[in-house]
Amino acid sequence: MNGDAREPFAIRLASRMLQAAFVAVLLILWLLATNVWGVSSILLPSPINVWHQLVDVIRTGQFIPDLRVTLGELFAAFAISTALGVTLGYFVSRSPYFIKVFEPLFAAIYAIPIILFLPLYILIWGLGPASKIALGATISFFPIVLSTIVGFGQVDRTLVTAARSMGANNVQMFRHVLLPAALPVVLAGLRMGFTVTLLSVIGSETIAALAGLGHRIVNLAENMEMARMFAYIVFVVAIVAFLNSVLSMLEAYGRWR
Amino acid sequence: MTPAEVAIRVRDVSHQFGEAGQTRHVQALQNTSLDVTRGELHCLIGPSGCGKSTLLSVIGGLMTPTTGTVTVAGKPVRGPMPHDLAFVFQENALFPWNTVFENIVLGMKFQGVRKSERNERARRALEAVGLDAFAEHFPGQLSGGMRQRAALARALSLETDILLMDEPFGALDEQTRMVLGEDLSVLLSRSHKTIVFVTHSLGEAVFLADRVSVFSARPGSIKEIITIDEPHPRKPSFMTAPKFHALRDQLYTLLHDEIRKTISEAAQPRRRYDETAKAGGGAA
Repeated sequence: MNGDAREPFAIRLASRMLQAAFVAVLLILWLLATNVWGVSSILLPSPINVWHQLVDVIRTGQFIPDLRVTLGELFAAFAISTALGVTLGYFVSRSPYFIKVFEPLFAAIYAIPIILFLPLYILIWGLGPASKIALGATISFFPIVLSTIVGFGQVDRTLVTAARSMGANNVQMFRHVLLPAALPVVLAGLRMGFTVTLLSVIGSETIAALAGLGHRIVNLAENMEMARMFAYIVFVVAIVAFLNSVLSMLEAYGRWR
Repeated sequence: MTPAEVAIRVRDVSHQFGEAGQTRHVQALQNTSLDVTRGELHCLIGPSGCGKSTLLSVIGGLMTPTTGTVTVAGKPVRGPMPHDLAFVFQENALFPWNTVFENIVLGMKFQGVRKSERNERARRALEAVGLDAFAEHFPGQLSGGMRQRAALARALSLETDILLMDEPFGALDEQTRMVLGEDLSVLLSRSHKTIVFVTHSLGEAVFLADRVSVFSARPGSIKEIITIDEPHPRKPSFMTAPKFHALRDQLYTLLHDEIRKTISEAAQPRRRYDETAKAGGGAA
C-alpha cells in the first residue's frame, strides 16, 4: 500500500520534473500569447501583470477579509456535514436493514445537482455566509454519509468475532476494531466531501454573495480588472493546493500499512 | 471419567439456522453430546457443512444453540468466556492495522490483563511460536503460515486452559501445514492445554489428536470417536509408521460414506440453481 515511498528516488525526481516542465510550458505559452501573439489583455492579461497584482494583493492584505469569509464558510459547512454524516452513517451501518433502506436513498439524492437549491437557500438564509454554509453542508453530507455507511458496513466479520471471543467490550470494539477498519474509507469520503464543500462555497459566492473570494473574483471581472482577477484566481489555487496536501497527509495517516 | 477430568461437556446440542420451512433453513447439528477430557487434543472431522465449526462456536459461546447445553470448567456457557477459552480462526483474524506485537497485546487488553504484564507475556508467546523476529511486522507482510503462528501466539498469550482451533491451517499449503502441525504437537505437549481442533485433513487429525470425533453428514452429529494412542510430542516419523496409516484408513472408511452423502445432496440444489441462473440470464 505504500507504493509511493518505495519508488526509487530517480523515478520520483523524473516525474516531479516532468510535472514542473508541464507547468513551465503553460506559463511560457501564456507569456507568448499575451506579449508576442497579441491576445487582448482584457481576455488574457500578461502573467507579469498578474504577478505584480498578486504581490500587491498579498502586500496590502486586501485578501484577508474575503479569505476569512470563505474559509469560515468552508469550515463551518464541512464541520456540519462531517458531524451529521459520520454520526448518521455510523448508526445506519449498524443494521443491515437500515443499510438497505438508506444507502440507495442517499446515493440517489447524491446524484441530484443540489446547487439547484441555491436560490431557495438564498431566499431562506439571505445573501450572507449562512446560505453558503447550508449549501456546502448539504452537498458534502452525501459523500460523507455514504462512505461512512460503506466503511463501517463492510468490517470483516471474522475480526469482530475474534475481538468478541477475546472479551472486547463495546467501547473497545469500536475503538480497536470498527474504527480502524472503517477509517480509510471514511477518510476518503471526508476528502471528497471537503472538495465538494470548497467547490460549492466558492461557486455559490460567485453566483450571489456579499463577500468572499468567489464574490471578489466576480466583482473584479465585472470591473474589467482582469490582471487582479487572475491574481485572485492564482491565490485561490494556492490556498486549495495547500489544504489538499494537508488532507492527503491526514488520509495517508489513517491508511493501514 | 470423573467430572473433574471433563473440561468441556456438550449435552444434546442441536442447532438450526433459520426456521423450519424457510428456504434458508439448515439443520446444522442434531443431538450432539461430547465430553472433552482435560489436557486432550480433540479433533472434529467430517464432511463440509456437518456442523463441526458450528459446534466449536457453540462451545466458545459465540453462538447459542437452539437446544442443548455446554459446560466449560463447570460453568454453563452463555456467551464468550475469554478467561477460559481462546480461539484460533481459519485465517485473517489478525487486525491488519496493528503489528504482530500490537495484535497480541490488544487481545490481552480485551481479556483484561494488567498493562504491566502484557508486553512480557506477548514476548513469551512470540518466542514460543518462533516469531520473535517479526514482532514489529504487520500481518500483511507475513506469509500465511507466519500469520497463523501469530494468531496462535495471540491465543497462547491469553493463557486459557482451553484452545478452540477452527481449521487453523486450512488455508495453508501441505508442507507448511505439516511443519506447523509438528510444532503445535511439541508446543502443546509442554502446555497441557485442552484443545478442540476442527480439520478437514485426515492426516492432520491422526497426527495431532488424542481422540478424533467423526461427524455424520448434515444434520451432523458425532458418528464415532477414535482414540489415537501415541504420546506427544509426535515425531515426523510417526507419519510414516504403519499405525498412522491404519488409523488414517480407518478414519477414511468412516468418512467416505458421509462425504458421498453430502456430495449427492449438494448436487441437486445446484442443478436447480443453474436453472434459475439460466432463466435469469434469459430475462436479462
